[in-house]
Amino acid sequence: MTADQPKYKTSDVVDFVIVGSGAAGGVLAKELSTNGFRVVVLEQGPYLTEADFTHNEIEILALDKLTNHPKLQPTTVRKTPDEKAKPQRALVYGRCVGGTSVHFTANFWRFHEIDFIERSKVGAVPGSTLVNWPITYADLEPYYTKVEWEIGVSGLAGASPFDPPRSKPYPMPPLPVKSSGVLFERATRRLGWHPFPAPMAILSQPRPGRSACIQCGYCLGFGCEVGAKSSSLVAAIRVAERTGRCEIRPNSYVHRIELNANGRAIGAVYFDEKRNTHLQKAKAVVVCANGAETPRLLLLSANKQFPDGLANSSGLVGKNLMFNSGGTVTGVYDKPLNDYKGYCVSRVLHDFYELDHEKVGFYGGGGLDARYDFTPISFAFGGIPPETPRWGKDFKAALAHNFTRTMEIFCHGTSLPVENNSFSLDPDLKDAWGLPALRLTYKDHADDLKLASWLFDRAHAIHEAAGAVKKWSLPPQEQQFGVHLLGTCRMGNDPKTSVINPDHRTHDVKNLFLCDGSSLVTSGRGQPTMTIMALAFRAADRITALAKRGEIGA
Amino acid sequence: MNESVSRRHFLSRGITGVSAVWATAHWPALLAAATHAHQAAKSATPPKFAFFTTDEAKEIDAITSCIIPSDDTPGAHEAGVVYFIDRGLTTFGVDDQKTYREGLPELQSRVAEMFQGKSRFSELTPEQQDEFLHSFDDQSQPGRQRRFRTSPGAQNFFETLRQHTIAGFLIDPDYGGNRDGVGWKVIGREREHMFQPPFGYYDKGYPGWEAAAKEETKEAEKK
Repeated sequence: MTADQPKYKTSDVVDFVIVGSGAAGGVLAKELSTNGFRVVVLEQGPYLTEADFTHNEIEILALDKLTNHPKLQPTTVRKTPDEKAKPQRALVYGRCVGGTSVHFTANFWRFHEIDFIERSKVGAVPGSTLVNWPITYADLEPYYTKVEWEIGVSGLAGASPFDPPRSKPYPMPPLPVKSSGVLFERATRRLGWHPFPAPMAILSQPRPGRSACIQCGYCLGFGCEVGAKSSSLVAAIRVAERTGRCEIRPNSYVHRIELNANGRAIGAVYFDEKRNTHLQKAKAVVVCANGAETPRLLLLSANKQFPDGLANSSGLVGKNLMFNSGGTVTGVYDKPLNDYKGYCVSRVLHDFYELDHEKVGFYGGGGLDARYDFTPISFAFGGIPPETPRWGKDFKAALAHNFTRTMEIFCHGTSLPVENNSFSLDPDLKDAWGLPALRLTYKDHADDLKLASWLFDRAHAIHEAAGAVKKWSLPPQEQQFGVHLLGTCRMGNDPKTSVINPDHRTHDVKNLFLCDGSSLVTSGRGQPTMTIMALAFRAADRITALAKRGEIGA
Repeated sequence: MNESVSRRHFLSRGITGVSAVWATAHWPALLAAATHAHQAAKSATPPKFAFFTTDEAKEIDAITSCIIPSDDTPGAHEAGVVYFIDRGLTTFGVDDQKTYREGLPELQSRVAEMFQGKSRFSELTPEQQDEFLHSFDDQSQPGRQRRFRTSPGAQNFFETLRQHTIAGFLIDPDYGGNRDGVGWKVIGREREHMFQPPFGYYDKGYPGWEAAAKEETKEAEKK
């Protein structure tokens, strides 16, 4: 936390209150404060810094130090709207300053042109509410470039023939290849495909105040103790703080957007650490709370004027949820890869990004990568072949032999938007603050499961070509748990079929803006954070233009 | 930890786009006690147990030693797993106390049913211990005759103990448990905090992206 932070009073009518400090909220805080606006960021989690980012598997993974806690914020799960939802963990998201960008893997693919115009290309998909985005790849391209240069992304431009056009190369070279990457690269070339160095939001070269990656091996699930991972915490929020106009207020759990009689937002109501309630006043409210908590906040803010929740005249708040389909095919090799060392993913394949749905018999597409995302304990729980004895001499022998010799091929794919798939308020279960808990309703579109199987077959072929001694996968199953939380307040031109317009302004409340995974219209092929950050840079430009024209305010 | 939860999350890895790390999102809170286990295991004088009686500790040590046995390399016993579990059950893992309180006697009465004149797991021969623990194997597993249908309580106890044993053996020794890092030595994980390429066998001698691409092109032309 820098000393430059102002301390606003809740009664000060600041220009913007931003709810959430993750990939989108952090970028918006940086951009809006840099553009001269006074900003308060309300983050429900604590303000943690590099000193707090240990490799302690217990506190980080078992005790949810960086993430939403299932005891404080329980959830329920069901497959279809006619079922009663049962208490079960439905999601994981970052709950600290920087949000999920603190603990994510940092895969940073851009979406491709197809992701924005797929409905036009493939036509209507039965059982899906697939539509085009109101913006195109070309609209977003300058902002993807901005993310790469301002946030810090390593990669090699031109390495993938399937990459969409770009206006600038990456600002720094890719990270060093891992053994999994070499096996993957050679095997996929032999199969006639086109692997490329993974674009990662991890520094291969130092930047002011941030180290290059030290290859400690604790990316996924952990915060980066040297600032190499380009979280919004290190890459955006610190810039916002240095403007002297942005206050980051942690431990502030927003549970209502307050409106005036004209139906305009006047601020955000939150619990502080001691559970006292405050209203932070602002000229406009920007909600970046993620694809689950953003719709929940709108639903929690229902009032007489908006009985079905704020900005919900379309009835689509919380709906069309997409998780991304996919899964893992695991392989064991003769010699040690030692892939537990270093960052997760060094090579990616996009040959199957855009599949001919008539030829393959289903809609969708995906990407494959070579990775290793185990800690020693999670490897023992889930990294050894399923038929291995669960205890004893052979169990121990499998751990001893396989831990250094294993690599995974991860299949990332589309999820089709389905209207019933949603986050809503559970009618019975409450969180530790007495607020209605999140209820997940999710049943994968049949095509998503077909796509996963199809990608699994290619992953098996890659392991085969790479010379795996052994390989296996579990059959694709319907999802009941998500970490990519997408599509729940989708963007569109028509207020009847979307929640926000292309400026991220809600159709119903003129000074209420939403920007995060909920804004996405399609799921892409599995790596949404890059696109969420690009949208946030673009949203900041649009919102700034509106504010300068005097078009926002209560 | 509830078995159905851990199993569901293990299985969910097949599809969710959720990586392995989230399979551990339901780790027993008990793991947080590792620091004590580390200290206890390091000290020469065995500490007083906080939860187990000496007899119970002997039983737990014997069972965990079957789950991760000591052979030509160290096992759960050398890693001090019993201390890790003991401390955990009086701190962050109090929710699991019932599982142990009820599960261990139930398991012991099963011992008595299966082996006449024996009432403790630690009294059995190694062969008998293995035979006994196989009675907890998944029913769906083919080709294995089950002499007893174990009750859900004992089954749940064994599964909980299995997970706690793994955690106590493989936890980062810097944060406790896994005495002297023996668990990491067994699986081949080095203790350094940062690494440099080459990381493993297959990236040694990697010629660089462009050179590698050319090599492959040449190979393709030869064919």
